[in-house]
Amino acid sequence: MTGMDLFANLPGLLLAVPLIFAFATPLIGRYLPRARDGWVLLGMVLTTVIGLLIASAVFTGGTVAYTFGVPDPSVTVPPDSGGIPVRIIFNIDAMSAFMVVIAVVTGLCVMLYSLSAASRSSGKDGYYTLFLLLVAGVLGMVCTGDLFNFFVFLEIASLAGAALVAFRVDKGIAIEAGLKYAMLSTIGGLFFLLGVALLFGQYNTLNIAFLAERMGTTGLTTPDAVALVLFVTALAMKCGAVPMHFWAPDAYAMAPAAVTAFLVVSSQASLYALFRICFSLYGQTLNTVLLGWFIIILGLLSMFIGVTMAILQKDVKRLMAYHAVSQTGYMLLGVGVGLAVLSSPLLLSNFGMMAMEGGIFHIMNHAFYKGLLFLTAGVIFYRCGTRNLNDLGGLGHSMKWTMLFFIIGALAIAGIPPFNGFASKLMIYESVFSFNPLLSIIAMVVSILTLASFVKVFHSIFMGPKRPEFADVTEAPLPMLFGMGVLSILVILFGIFPEQVVEVMVAPAASALADQAGYIGSVMGGA
Amino acid sequence: MIGNAPFFVAMLLIIIGITGMLTRYNLVRIIISLTILESGVNLFLVSLGYREGGIAPIFTGSPDGALMVMPTVQAMTLTNIVIGLATTALLLSFIMVLHRRYGTCDIREIRRLRG
Repeated sequence: MTGMDLFANLPGLLLAVPLIFAFATPLIGRYLPRARDGWVLLGMVLTTVIGLLIASAVFTGGTVAYTFGVPDPSVTVPPDSGGIPVRIIFNIDAMSAFMVVIAVVTGLCVMLYSLSAASRSSGKDGYYTLFLLLVAGVLGMVCTGDLFNFFVFLEIASLAGAALVAFRVDKGIAIEAGLKYAMLSTIGGLFFLLGVALLFGQYNTLNIAFLAERMGTTGLTTPDAVALVLFVTALAMKCGAVPMHFWAPDAYAMAPAAVTAFLVVSSQASLYALFRICFSLYGQTLNTVLLGWFIIILGLLSMFIGVTMAILQKDVKRLMAYHAVSQTGYMLLGVGVGLAVLSSPLLLSNFGMMAMEGGIFHIMNHAFYKGLLFLTAGVIFYRCGTRNLNDLGGLGHSMKWTMLFFIIGALAIAGIPPFNGFASKLMIYESVFSFNPLLSIIAMVVSILTLASFVKVFHSIFMGPKRPEFADVTEAPLPMLFGMGVLSILVILFGIFPEQVVEVMVAPAASALADQAGYIGSVMGGA
Repeated sequence: MIGNAPFFVAMLLIIIGITGMLTRYNLVRIIISLTILESGVNLFLVSLGYREGGIAPIFTGSPDGALMVMPTVQAMTLTNIVIGLATTALLLSFIMVLHRRYGTCDIREIRRLRG
């Protein structure tokens, strides 16, 4: 195989590498237990390199369509098929590439962190296998251009995620959370499949681009609308939006910290799918104003209920989990506003695109600062053995670096400059204000409540005199600090240079999402 | 009308499954309801591809212009059956651990996660 071939087949390798490494991990663990950590790290590094190469190819050269099972993967429509894309196609546009970047970067940091976090626990083979499977599932979800294929990856990610949530049995409580997560994921998955079946029954295809094209010619029929309701329900549940958020705090709180940081990314892959279906699949055939408002309202509910529930929590990870629900609301709000004005080019260019860019940028920022916060919570649990805010205190004396990382994460989530949360939130505030000032004000109030809540957490964990029961607590191990450090640097860099990030990655992603014809054209040709 | 019977049965199974999950308290029964829901979805998928009088979609040795059933949905159904098997196995193993720890499968008693 020459270098060119290898490069052309990168999207296939993006899946193959984590899967091969995942399934080989138990074997390596059985026969060469010492090589295991290096093996899984190698797998994750390779995946990261492939992911970043694909992303850079997409950001410089436009959408990459990759067809499985043909000599030339760029031929999406076989010449003898009568213009129907019959094979499974990965359709990686700028939005997908954006999600790939988030997934591989967070995945790598989490893997580094895991190497020392899991060093004391048993069953590491299973842990790393499941983790790499989760990574493969998320990458598949964000790359695929085929609805049924998406369902399969959704289930892979859900099963691996549920098993990881329950990984540390913790007297049965973690199992309870895992059971809840697995059950709701399965129900969501089945709803999604039912929607896919309804669309297949009408249009005889599973390819998103081809479905969109055919739906554009027939207009919105009743089964399409039913399918849309099923998709939105399933994916809003999977991304943890209120009122289907109840699994999120349990699963996020009970999973090992490293897993939680990546579960956030997996929820955001569902959020990506929700946007993909609203924009690329249905797009102009819909009454986008209505659907846009529906998503805005979901977002507002998530923001507000998430933050108010968070203030009441005593468990630091559960508190952060409710904040994750609340931050998902910002993304829904930003992109929802974009969807609501999608049919009006004037409004779209005035503030709609900016709202979408803000919402999409927030996905990336959230993955990084929330990942960072969950990792600091994990370090605290690793060293102190408790997550209860009432029992913790005075850790600022012994865990200076962890405290610094926590401050960075907390300020970023509250939207304080110069951290990345500020950059994306400012974009959301500004653009949403031109759409409807009230929405923007609610978003700001939620940010203030978030800050208040994190000030409380900071005070009760790090401030105060050194407690006798934590006298022998020391700083976190080096690989953990390294994983957190990489994320903090990203948080700060993205906060100082938001324009560059928006220009290179976010703006192409937002315009790719809004451009339905471009998405169809990348598979069907023409356009 | 009779041609639509599989769809009615599929919807009935889906409704039975959802009702079962909402009204039962025993975890094993909830899992059974989940599998009923899954069977409903599978039946819906397979019936979408059925053509009356169609034969299995194997081109080798089939008469010219023969009416065939749709193979895609059958492949989808098989995939979903496999996924369902994995999910059910995972959920049942969770229930086994829970039963060992708590001594019950009743969700009214397994409620340590709150708020």
